[in-house]
Amino acid sequence: MAAHLSYGRVNLNVLREAVRRELREFLDKCAGSKAIVWDEYLTGPFGLIAQYSLLKEHEVEKMFTLKGSRLPAADVKNIIFFVRPRLELMDIIAENVLSEDRRGPTRDFHILFVPRRSLLCEQRLKDLGVLGSFIHREEYSLDLIPFDGDLLSMESEGAFKECYLESDQTSLYHAAKGLMTLQALYGTIPQIFGKGECARQVANMMIRMKREFTGSQNSIFPVFDNLLLLDRNVDLLTPLATQLTYEGLIDEIYGIQNSYVKLPPEKFAPKKQGDGGKDLPTEAKKLQLNSAEELYAEIRDKNFNAVGSVLSKRAKVISAAFEERHNAKTVGEIKQFVSQLPHMQAARGSLANHTSIAELIKDVTTSEDFFDKLTVEQEFMSGVDTDKVNSYIEDCIAQKHPLIKVLRLVCLQSVCNSGLKQKVLDYYKREILQTYGYEHILTLYNLEKAGLLKPQTGGRNNYPTIRKTLRLWMDDVNEQNPTDISYVYSGYAPLSVRLAQLLSRPGWRSIEEVLRILPGPHFEERQPLPTGLQKKRQPGENRVTLIFFLGGVTFAEIAALRFLSQLEDGGTEYVIATTKLMNGSSWIESLMEKPF
Amino acid sequence: MDCYTANWNPLGDSAFYRKYELYSMDWDLKEELRDCLVAAAPYGGPIALLRNPWRKEKATSIRPVLEIYSASGLPLASLLWKSGPVVSLGWSAEEELLCVQEDGVVLVYGLHGDFRRHFSMGNEVLQNRVLDARIFHTEFGSGLAILTGAHRFTLSANVGDLKLRRMPEVPGLQSAPSCWTTLCQDRVAHILLAVGPDLYLLDHAACSAVTLPGLAPGVSSFLQMAVSFTYRHLALFTDTGYIWMGTSSLKEKLCEFNCNIRAPPKQMVWCSRPRSKERAVVVAWERRLMVVGDAPESIQYKQLTIQVLLDRLVLRRLYPLAIQICEYLRLPEVQGVSRILAHWACYKVQQKDVSDEDVARAINQKLGDTPGVSYSDIAARAYGCGRTELAIKLLEYEPRSGEQVPLLLKMKRSKLALSKAIESGDTDLVFTVLLHLKNELNRGDFFMTLRNQPMALSLYRQFCKHQELETLKDLYNQDDNHQELGSFHIRASYAAEERIEGRVAALQTAADAFYKAKNEFAAKATEDQMRLLRLQRRLEDELGGHFVDLSLHDTVTTLILGGHSKRAEQLARDFRIPDKRLWWLKLTALADLEDWEELEKFSKSKKSPIGYLPFVEICMKQHNKYEAKKYASRVGPEQKVKALLLVGDVAQAADVAIEHRNEAELSLVLSHCTGATDGATADKIQRARAQAQKK
Repeated sequence: MAAHLSYGRVNLNVLREAVRRELREFLDKCAGSKAIVWDEYLTGPFGLIAQYSLLKEHEVEKMFTLKGSRLPAADVKNIIFFVRPRLELMDIIAENVLSEDRRGPTRDFHILFVPRRSLLCEQRLKDLGVLGSFIHREEYSLDLIPFDGDLLSMESEGAFKECYLESDQTSLYHAAKGLMTLQALYGTIPQIFGKGECARQVANMMIRMKREFTGSQNSIFPVFDNLLLLDRNVDLLTPLATQLTYEGLIDEIYGIQNSYVKLPPEKFAPKKQGDGGKDLPTEAKKLQLNSAEELYAEIRDKNFNAVGSVLSKRAKVISAAFEERHNAKTVGEIKQFVSQLPHMQAARGSLANHTSIAELIKDVTTSEDFFDKLTVEQEFMSGVDTDKVNSYIEDCIAQKHPLIKVLRLVCLQSVCNSGLKQKVLDYYKREILQTYGYEHILTLYNLEKAGLLKPQTGGRNNYPTIRKTLRLWMDDVNEQNPTDISYVYSGYAPLSVRLAQLLSRPGWRSIEEVLRILPGPHFEERQPLPTGLQKKRQPGENRVTLIFFLGGVTFAEIAALRFLSQLEDGGTEYVIATTKLMNGSSWIESLMEKPF
Repeated sequence: MDCYTANWNPLGDSAFYRKYELYSMDWDLKEELRDCLVAAAPYGGPIALLRNPWRKEKATSIRPVLEIYSASGLPLASLLWKSGPVVSLGWSAEEELLCVQEDGVVLVYGLHGDFRRHFSMGNEVLQNRVLDARIFHTEFGSGLAILTGAHRFTLSANVGDLKLRRMPEVPGLQSAPSCWTTLCQDRVAHILLAVGPDLYLLDHAACSAVTLPGLAPGVSSFLQMAVSFTYRHLALFTDTGYIWMGTSSLKEKLCEFNCNIRAPPKQMVWCSRPRSKERAVVVAWERRLMVVGDAPESIQYKQLTIQVLLDRLVLRRLYPLAIQICEYLRLPEVQGVSRILAHWACYKVQQKDVSDEDVARAINQKLGDTPGVSYSDIAARAYGCGRTELAIKLLEYEPRSGEQVPLLLKMKRSKLALSKAIESGDTDLVFTVLLHLKNELNRGDFFMTLRNQPMALSLYRQFCKHQELETLKDLYNQDDNHQELGSFHIRASYAAEERIEGRVAALQTAADAFYKAKNEFAAKATEDQMRLLRLQRRLEDELGGHFVDLSLHDTVTTLILGGHSKRAEQLARDFRIPDKRLWWLKLTALADLEDWEELEKFSKSKKSPIGYLPFVEICMKQHNKYEAKKYASRVGPEQKVKALLLVGDVAQAADVAIEHRNEAELSLVLSHCTGATDGATADKIQRARAQAQKK
């Protein structure tokens, strides 16, 4: 069912099975028929762990969305609330429970907090007089959710904002807990590297938690060699740029949520002759995107310009395979052909889907505005004219292009110039406030607090030093057969991934100067292993590094890391973890504040 | 004397019995035993005795006395009862004595008479008082069932993890049931009760009437019922002197007996020896005892596991013996030695003659980092004995903050708890301490404490942002954080105020704060916003329609669309909208209106700061090629080809591109050449290209 999770170097199905087991155990504690009341935000992530069939096997008969007043009627023995530990949700739960008490036969109530039980929330339930109504109050430590064979995410949308704007380290604590769970399943990670304030905090928490668990000696042979903790604010630049990989573009244009994407249905209409197109589907086409699909696994991380040729090659292979039927003469041959049909049909369906998606994306990428935007982005990243008002941005504002697009560009310019000249910054801000409304003064302030938008201090622009030392801009990029990670942005090599690459070889000592310019401390910690568990690497055997992005990661960065993993002489394979899978737009949106 | 049968007496025709004293109890009780509340623990555990329990009058002269004896009669504890009237006594499986008071409060004592804790059976019980109570044992622990004065049952299946269940009402029940008991089936506790000739089974969801299979007729009430220790068997005694014995599932009758005694028995219990197939019920009256029996069935039980045995030894403070057993059995440390040591430590902290330092050191020396030892449990015990300082010292050895913090809070060491919580990184723990501190300290002190803990302060701010906005303001004020105060008032101007005057006032406060924060830009922007808001209000009054909360840009656009171009101009001037943006704005608005005449006039008003390509584009967007062509000719040379292509003039576009000798433009035009119509143009371009290459 989730076989693709076990394809990678580290079998992440082990984690999935562990969390599934925990879920089953909880459900069995509440004997009898059940209804689950969902905190809506959780349904997406849970879908990756357990389908409805699993819940059904454990007598879950009804599912509701958590909302105020009464619960819908359900003839079940147990009502279980699956919620994040948030005060506002506790108020709704109390309302549900209190209105339930006045009706008919009593039911058993339970709460499952995801990912952690909260004293604060329980106190609130107590204040509202309903705490005693719950038979089981438990926590479900669903911190890191396996998304793919090499990818884990906490899907905590507010993590960046909480960490960098509100100094709330709740999600860091959950990240540390998640890492402890991983270590319990995959062995202690002997070396921890990190860069950034949050990275430091997570490492500290891990070390502390390890001390708390003394006695339960971990006797699992370590699967990971290193852990690299990276703060998102060490690299604010990368997510702002438009991703140019296939998966990255799907996410930029349509948004991928919990590995699903919703696409406009027109391109996916079944082609029937003489239909006159009267029954066009109106509901969005929903597709799951992960490496379980062979074709997708092949093209997801390619530069979009290299996708077309793969698709057409694949089309030829498939039609050739179907042509084989004419050569099948004997009964044996026909039988052989027929046995391959389902696989071939699946491949043909997959090809048709991705051809349609590629067409949709092409419509966007060939548009003039996309080209203009990309040109401006690339100018900024390569250090051209970053210190004055950009006329493309001006025009975007004047034409009231989406605010998020404008903010992304302004922030990109600011980051690529180590802050804007006060006059330039004020001009942009004033234009934005006049055009989009004064309420956005709150959003602008948030962006400033996060360091995405700022006045240049000391009149010094550090970006060129960083760009040159880390070789962030590559003029000779090969999109078809890449030789460097810069292919994912057609020229720009993501800073975060460059840091990982340089850590693996030749080591960070070579870039001390740049590391000092980038925010937050960099550090290294060792977690000693008992002698029996120390690894003796075979010659030529790659190291496995778990890289954890605190504050979010983009698909293009993931693609760049996969590219490094696949390099023959790379020496390191990566498993990627993050607080949230995101892109520049969803990121900026999470920082926006709308007071009405 | 030597005759073995000498002290045996005949019982009926075929049986004999004898009576001899196993142990002599160390109490000087005779007849008064009947006036005491008595409870004996299962498995030969201790016996508790409450003398003079019923003392209705408030006379303090004879206080009840609680005494505890070992099964062999040795006194273990004796204490004066100073709490409320006790209805029932019973022992839990952990050999804790539960004393159920009339008000539903249950006091828990250890077997040495040491007070452990108390809990309440809930408000309903408090209001209606306890009429009767039963302590029962299940595989999960010991439960407690209460019958209240309102004839309702409240039950907790495990007093160690108290969850109260109020059982459903028995329809038409006017008086207390004549008898009742708890049953345990399918891991759930039920209550069986008798009302007149009827029997009811209560579970937490429903009350159902039940019948006994094979019950003799003529029963008008049940006087006693008894359930066996394993909950498998049930016996009932009726007003006809009849005894029914069967399975507690009520599915099968095992036997019945008519004893012809109609007086209600004082007591009825099941008895049997382990591994014996004989099952019997003993019925006792004032001066008569009757054994009714025979229900063959093989029963084995091993309830007394090694863990329980160790617990018993520990309770009797025989630590060295317990440790020897653990070592002999090679039990894992966590289950064995370290658990015993932890118990020892809990006992150790009660030795009041030893100083705090010495006790803490002794405990740490013996326990060290032994896995499975909870220093916080030991500290809790120390605190329970009133040794707070010792508890704090012990807590220092506790590595888990989650365990340290609650106890520190209980001991009112909230500030220490706060720093421990912060160290852990567990924000929930920090919040918990904060809310504690908030109630404990006065506001000034609380704020002061926060000030010294930046992490706690930012968490508390988040809390206030969602729960207590006013406090948030006070916090910013205290820190002279004018920037955040400004943002606060901006938010308030949207959230709290409906009237324009109120909103403007809130914005003024915000602007003032921004000035104080030396954020001139924000202050000026906010003043602009106030100006705009007032103006929008006036526009709504004068022109009707909706203006308030539109952006400045949209306000100007709306005015143009409404035909108020003068006012639009004025507004643009007042707010110094840059020329370029104003041109875009007007262009878009006029095209939306399809006011082509006005658009043309506008285009000629002066030289366009945005060029003329946008004019072409917007006309084409409105499908007006005629108008678009007017502007195409005015587009500057750089964008000319683009403009001509937009209006569909491929031939002229080709001419311009050829003139420019621009390869990019040439291929752009070529890509627009379609079908036969543009064939000649395409050829022309190819020729020009060939020529260019020759050169």
